[in-house]
Amino acid sequence: MLCVRTGGGSRLRLSLPFSNGFEKMIHSLFLINCSGDIFLEKHWKSVVSQSVCDYFFEAQEKAADVENVPPVISTPHHYLISIYRDKLFFVSVIQTEVPPLFVIEFLHRVADTFQDYFGECSEAAIKDNVVIVYELLEEMLDNGFPLATESNILKELIKPPTILRSVVNSITGSSNVGDTLPTGQLSNIPWRRAGVKYTNNEAYFDVVEEIDAIIDKSGSTVFAEIQGVIDACIKLSGMPDLSLSFMNPRLLDDVSFHPCIRFKRWESERVLSFIPPDGNFRLISYRVSSQNLVAIPVYVKHSISFKENSSCGRFDITIGPKQNMGKTIEGITVTVHMPKVVLNMNLTPTQGSYTFDPVTKVLTWDVGKITPQKLPSLKGLVNLQSGAPKPEENPSLNIQFKIQQLAISGLKVNRLDMYGEKYKPFKGVKYVTKAGKFQVRT
Amino acid sequence: MSSNSFAYNEQSGGGEATELGQEAASTISPSGAFGLFSSDMKKNEDLKQMLESNKDSAKLDAMKRIVGMIAKGKNASELFPAVVKNVASKNIEIKKLVYVYLVRYAEEQQDLALLSISTFQRALKDPNQLIRASALRVLSSIRVPIIVPIMMLAIKEASADLSPYVRKNAAHAIQKLYSLDPEQKEMLIEIIEKLLKDKSTLVAGSVVMAFEEVCPDRIDLIHKNYRKLCNLLVDVEEWGQVVIIHMLTRYARTQFVSPWKEGDGLEDNEKDFYDSDEEQKEKADKRKRPYTMDPDHRLLIRNTKPLLQSRNAAVVMAVAQLYWHIAPKSEAGIISKSLVRLLRSNREVQYIVLQNIATMSIQRKGMFEPYLKSFYVRSTDPTMIKILKLEILTNLANEANISTLLREFQTYVKSQDKQFAAATIQTIGRCATSITEVSDTCLNGLVCLLSNRDEIVVAESVVVIKKLLQMQPIQHGEIIKHMAKLLDSITVPVARASILWLIGENCERVPKIAPDVLRKTAKSFTSEDDLVKLQILNLGAKLYLTNSKQTKLLTQYILNLGKYDQNYDIRDRTRFIRQLIVPNEKSGALSKYAKKIFLAQKPAPLLESPFKDRDHFQLGTLSHTLNTKATGYLELSNWPEVAPDPSVRNVEVIELAKEWTPAGKAKKENPDEKFYSESEEEEDSSESSSDSESASGSESGEDEEEDHSGDSGEDSGESGSESEAGKGRAAKHAKARGKGDSKDVDKEKENSKSSESSSGESSSIEESSSDSESESESESESESRTITKAKEKKTKQDRNPLTKDVSLLDLDDFNPVSSPVVLPTPALSPSLIADLEGLNLSATSSVISVSTPVFVPGKTHVLLHRMSGKGLAAHYFFPRQPCIFGDKMVSVQITLNNTTDQKIENIHVGGKKLPMGMQMHVFNPIESLEPAGSITVSVGIDFCDSTQTASFQLCTKDDCFSVNIQPPVGELLLPVAMSEKDFKKEQGMLSGMNETSTTIIAAPQNFASSVILQKVVNVANVGVVPSGQDNVHRFAAKTVHSGSLMLVTVELKEGSTAQLIINTEKTVIGSVLLRELKPVLSQGKSPGEQKGLRSEMETEPKPSTLLSSWHQTPSEDKSVLAPMCASEDARALTSGAHGVVARTQKQTLLWGHPRRWWAVWTDFLEVISAKALHDETPPGLFQNFTYTLLPLETESVEVQGVKLEQVTINWHFPVIKIFYETEKSPIRLAHRANFGGVESETISSRTILTVGTLRPRFLRDARCFRPVLLRVALVRTLLCELAFLYQGKENLAHVGDSSNSARPEGVNLEDAASHQGRAGVDGAEVQTPAACLQSLPFKDVIVLQNTFI
Repeated sequence: MLCVRTGGGSRLRLSLPFSNGFEKMIHSLFLINCSGDIFLEKHWKSVVSQSVCDYFFEAQEKAADVENVPPVISTPHHYLISIYRDKLFFVSVIQTEVPPLFVIEFLHRVADTFQDYFGECSEAAIKDNVVIVYELLEEMLDNGFPLATESNILKELIKPPTILRSVVNSITGSSNVGDTLPTGQLSNIPWRRAGVKYTNNEAYFDVVEEIDAIIDKSGSTVFAEIQGVIDACIKLSGMPDLSLSFMNPRLLDDVSFHPCIRFKRWESERVLSFIPPDGNFRLISYRVSSQNLVAIPVYVKHSISFKENSSCGRFDITIGPKQNMGKTIEGITVTVHMPKVVLNMNLTPTQGSYTFDPVTKVLTWDVGKITPQKLPSLKGLVNLQSGAPKPEENPSLNIQFKIQQLAISGLKVNRLDMYGEKYKPFKGVKYVTKAGKFQVRT
Repeated sequence: MSSNSFAYNEQSGGGEATELGQEAASTISPSGAFGLFSSDMKKNEDLKQMLESNKDSAKLDAMKRIVGMIAKGKNASELFPAVVKNVASKNIEIKKLVYVYLVRYAEEQQDLALLSISTFQRALKDPNQLIRASALRVLSSIRVPIIVPIMMLAIKEASADLSPYVRKNAAHAIQKLYSLDPEQKEMLIEIIEKLLKDKSTLVAGSVVMAFEEVCPDRIDLIHKNYRKLCNLLVDVEEWGQVVIIHMLTRYARTQFVSPWKEGDGLEDNEKDFYDSDEEQKEKADKRKRPYTMDPDHRLLIRNTKPLLQSRNAAVVMAVAQLYWHIAPKSEAGIISKSLVRLLRSNREVQYIVLQNIATMSIQRKGMFEPYLKSFYVRSTDPTMIKILKLEILTNLANEANISTLLREFQTYVKSQDKQFAAATIQTIGRCATSITEVSDTCLNGLVCLLSNRDEIVVAESVVVIKKLLQMQPIQHGEIIKHMAKLLDSITVPVARASILWLIGENCERVPKIAPDVLRKTAKSFTSEDDLVKLQILNLGAKLYLTNSKQTKLLTQYILNLGKYDQNYDIRDRTRFIRQLIVPNEKSGALSKYAKKIFLAQKPAPLLESPFKDRDHFQLGTLSHTLNTKATGYLELSNWPEVAPDPSVRNVEVIELAKEWTPAGKAKKENPDEKFYSESEEEEDSSESSSDSESASGSESGEDEEEDHSGDSGEDSGESGSESEAGKGRAAKHAKARGKGDSKDVDKEKENSKSSESSSGESSSIEESSSDSESESESESESESRTITKAKEKKTKQDRNPLTKDVSLLDLDDFNPVSSPVVLPTPALSPSLIADLEGLNLSATSSVISVSTPVFVPGKTHVLLHRMSGKGLAAHYFFPRQPCIFGDKMVSVQITLNNTTDQKIENIHVGGKKLPMGMQMHVFNPIESLEPAGSITVSVGIDFCDSTQTASFQLCTKDDCFSVNIQPPVGELLLPVAMSEKDFKKEQGMLSGMNETSTTIIAAPQNFASSVILQKVVNVANVGVVPSGQDNVHRFAAKTVHSGSLMLVTVELKEGSTAQLIINTEKTVIGSVLLRELKPVLSQGKSPGEQKGLRSEMETEPKPSTLLSSWHQTPSEDKSVLAPMCASEDARALTSGAHGVVARTQKQTLLWGHPRRWWAVWTDFLEVISAKALHDETPPGLFQNFTYTLLPLETESVEVQGVKLEQVTINWHFPVIKIFYETEKSPIRLAHRANFGGVESETISSRTILTVGTLRPRFLRDARCFRPVLLRVALVRTLLCELAFLYQGKENLAHVGDSSNSARPEGVNLEDAASHQGRAGVDGAEVQTPAACLQSLPFKDVIVLQNTFI
């Protein structure tokens, strides 16, 4: 068979590309940073040379933009499936047919786990904790097939790093690695560990709704939809069995559940009944159907124009509240990707501050709160590259905002009951509405 | 490096800080650390010291640093000895890190890795399940072939572990072992079969994964577990769900009839079993519709539905594809909502999901129409997502929504993302063709875009308008005029070429403008792009033919320019056009038709979705995403016309039936009842005489009968009581009370056992209440037999009733004639056979009589060489005599020689190291052996029917020598005499998985009866079965240990092939024997030929002999390719040719002589291209092929003095790329390439050579070039035609035969080509492929079916 020379000069035996076509799932993983350095590699089967990443770099070069690197790349002997997260590429090497989503979903789960363990999923964090990363990857995947991906189980196997623990470990010589099988692994509720104890028993739910919308030039809604999630933070002792009910569960059109939720109860009674994992997790995510009329909390008045044969243009946008259910809209940010011919912008905001990056041509206006008495606006001149034709299209405005204490769909939690444990937990629900992919075409 | 380790480093002191600095520096170039090698050495020394210290903290620190090195891809292999010592460390973290290290480097340092094995073996027995599991994980991850038997043993044990977690790991280990040593397949399948029965949700996903990897074709293993898997599915962890769903999709497609088409479904025999509420509904439905879905089919669809709600995108996608592929069309709609939900996810998930939606939306628009707006494009989407969304929007467009969509498209066209804008224009073009109502609107809109400022937009519009106009034969003079004006301003070559082509096509409609355009372009000809030049030539030719008065001079001017163009394409075209249109004496009949050729009505291009033909890939697969068959892709089979027997899944039927059957209903008379009662009576009468074992056997068989045939909800318990009443055999039951009880309990156990495994809806309450009494009575008694019976039961289930009939009647008196029925059927796995041996043996031996060996080969094997034995030499041979020491032993004769000049005293066998189960009977110690004396002793070894080595020590007075005896598989047999009739009967019983076969190719003289006989008996100790046919030779034997039959058949076929078939229960031995027999039988295959080939290889090949042979492998792709890489056959193919092309649907391998690989490839390329030109095969067929060039055997490829390490050719239509890895500069290959220019660019270590760009336009226009191209590449085209001509025909080897004789020695391709060319011109007739074949200069053209692209 062919031999490939590796950098160190040692000859590695490559497996026959055809004779073992049965090697499935994830063969190797490479972590690559933005500047194209492979800073971590892990192999679950025989070693695959780093040079396989050249195909990835080639695709990356072709794509021009990191966002456009195709997630699936075919090379002569392998397939590369990659994800892009937090300025890092996770590139997995696959040898044979596998559902690509399987790999993608798993890679995201790996990134989530890093985030969970180190607080951030960055090159520095991974490099600092390379041993834990290795231990984690070892547990998460066996022979390329996912083994333990539940955060609760992993944390029992490998303790997350804390300053205290590293100090203790260095003195006592004890380790981060657990030596018993996590209880969850064997039970029917693999997501929860046994023997959880808290002095304050608390259960918090955040109902977060995001409005995805496309508003056209004239201000009418082309498309609007509400996507919601309920994130939970449960710190309850023992094995609590919770059921969460809504005032208006029919609103939820399409729901996806955390595995802990009993599907049958939901089907029959529209009640979320579950034994929760310990800690933070996403309970459900849902969509409120687009058939329902979606309230759009803000409106934008805009007038952007580029003069023909002149090197300047006008830019004027004003934001105002609309259908905001009497709540204040805060945290407004407007982001505009200006056309390439724009050189600079001279604007005056009546409120907040703006920045324009002449390299990426991104205008960001941090508005803050809307006060109905004086609507925030941003006005001024746009400098264009002289001689270039005027832009074909006006840029679209991407708007971010936040409304506290409101679920825009009107979803309301009715009550939370707990069974199975004696104590009385502290319960709390928080509602937030945010802009999702909220875009105004101009 | 971990920050922690910085802290540790301070305590370990010394010069370490500097080292760390160096290490940090070297991270920048992980692989290029060559320069830092010396410092590496130093650092490693330091690590070694730390590892050898007795402080755990230092060790841990060192290990952490080493893991850091591994993570960066740095070589840490030299630390292996130091690290491996710590494998037994008490500290669990050190241990884990050592494991990490071991798994990474064990493959490189196999000998040292063996040191750690015993630690794992110990850990495998640890009381802590986590430690057991992780030991198994590491043990199985160490890719060291030597430990395969240990791994096998460990897996076997772990698969029976009490902890499901360990069993799960065992399932993973199966895959690892299989990839390490595929030979173990049979044994692994056994374990998989066992684990499939596991009812733990933890195990299910992993074992199905193992199943998919090891034996995805053994769908029969799933039958019994199908319902269990369906029911467990919801509780399996999410990754397992994906795998199981994919597997069940495949399963469903083979086992159920299509729910899609109207028409008669199968009459469902199972109906009565499933009288649950749902099934009642089903039945009600059935009255309305002729088709009834199999309840199992329904079960799968119903149980997967909740998973659409999963948070895991892969699970949702898996369910979606399941619904798409197996649910009734009306029900598939529910998946669209969930898929649309996934679009909120990450970009990568979106990408895959959108691709799948695109494919679905072509076939069933309705599914996604309600979600049209979810596919609206946002300016912030990445381009690839935008384009996919656009694709879906186009697919969903219809009369109703087109106006909304067009408005949306208007926004997109203005997008700053020009690639996206261009795609939108294409989309508008597609909408215009598919929805005729809006085609005018679209065309107008596109024309408006012509005045757009952006060139890309304008160019794309031109191209699309050209296509639209071509499709509509209506006059569009105005638009053409407008476009002619644009020619002044547009610079994009594609657009210019499109306009020119359009004008040329319509030159008669715009008579004034066309010549003017030609005039203008003639001026700029030299500075135009090649693409445009070709079109100028075309335009010139067309005008010359229609309006020669005005344009004659202009055209000639252009032709003159073209004649001296740099690009040979243009020169060719010029030459061709000149010959065709300018009349002169040489031009023949063709120029008369010039006008017809040039101005023929050209078919309009079809604007189609690129996702149109993707639906033949299973959705959600990698192959679907890539639109090319990925390695290991399993084709989804078509629905069977008639559903296979649904009762094979009936393992839980007994209690399911009970649960579902209303009490009264089960009491109906069973037509088979009588028969069973009789058999029971029969058994009854003989009960006292037969031993309990056989009685219980027959009883369970009978139970099985009832279960099996019972199409009502009859369970055994009930039937027992019923027959009591109905047949009045109460007396018998009373008599056999105790026994009957135990029998009931047995059944009971069965039932409850299977009910557990079936689902949560356990149903044995009813039973247990009725039988609880007897259960307690005879529990202990029955327990021991339960397992045996359970197994036995399965054994019998698959048998047809007739055989059973016999078995029931005859089991008691062991009639030799009927006894074959006792032999296990194909459905048995070897393990079951082993269990049943006790029953079988007596019966088997009565029909099989051991005969004397036909032939005793004198071949001796060296046991102990005199050099290593200090003068004592030992040889052994197999005398093929029944062993006197024991029935199950193979007798071995050992000859001892004394080659010293002294006496050797006290020769005896010392310690024995035998694998489990093996036994050895040793010889009596020999007191002394004189110098030069020799003595022969015989020993008996029970090899347990395996080829495992028996190791023992041969001791003398002074020394001990370890020696091994490894039996050839042929010696594990005893010859058997049987008649041909018996043979056939036995063979019939041993079909299916008990049969292995292969095809042998050998010279005819080797197929003489005596030769075959001689060869077979030489290899194996088999008896000859007299044969009535001349061309079939049969041999029979039984294995020494278990007495299983081993039937060998050699069937001579037409030509020089023969079929070798081996039937045996001992499939492992069978396949080993097959492997050994095969080379022997094909041995000496035409020795003369081989020699000839070799001499040809040795002589320096003529460079002009470009392509000498094509070998195409059949389309079973990898299964064929794999052996081709390594096996002797492949080498034979290779050596017989100067270049070999092996191709499958996805990959093509070219083996060429190192010096000629390039030539081979060039020719291959040309053939394909010629094919494309010639047959107008849609170019899509050529897309994305990757060709890998492999150098011959060990030689590496060298071209022009540059060594190529790996060469890969990637044909991503229309661009052909060659990748190769080389240490030196790229090679100039320009003069070799016949298509386009060669550009080369160097990307990192790999050089990419872009060879030729075949543009679709070129292909299309080239149609009129056919005669010329045929001349130029005649030979290649012919070859191509051959491939097509013989496509699908069976006996393709004949092609090779005929050409073989016709080969003119030494004629090279060039000569032949010119020769052919002349023939083509002179004869003025197109030769038939067959005629051309006669003169092909190829030695052997073997074109196999169905492989050419």
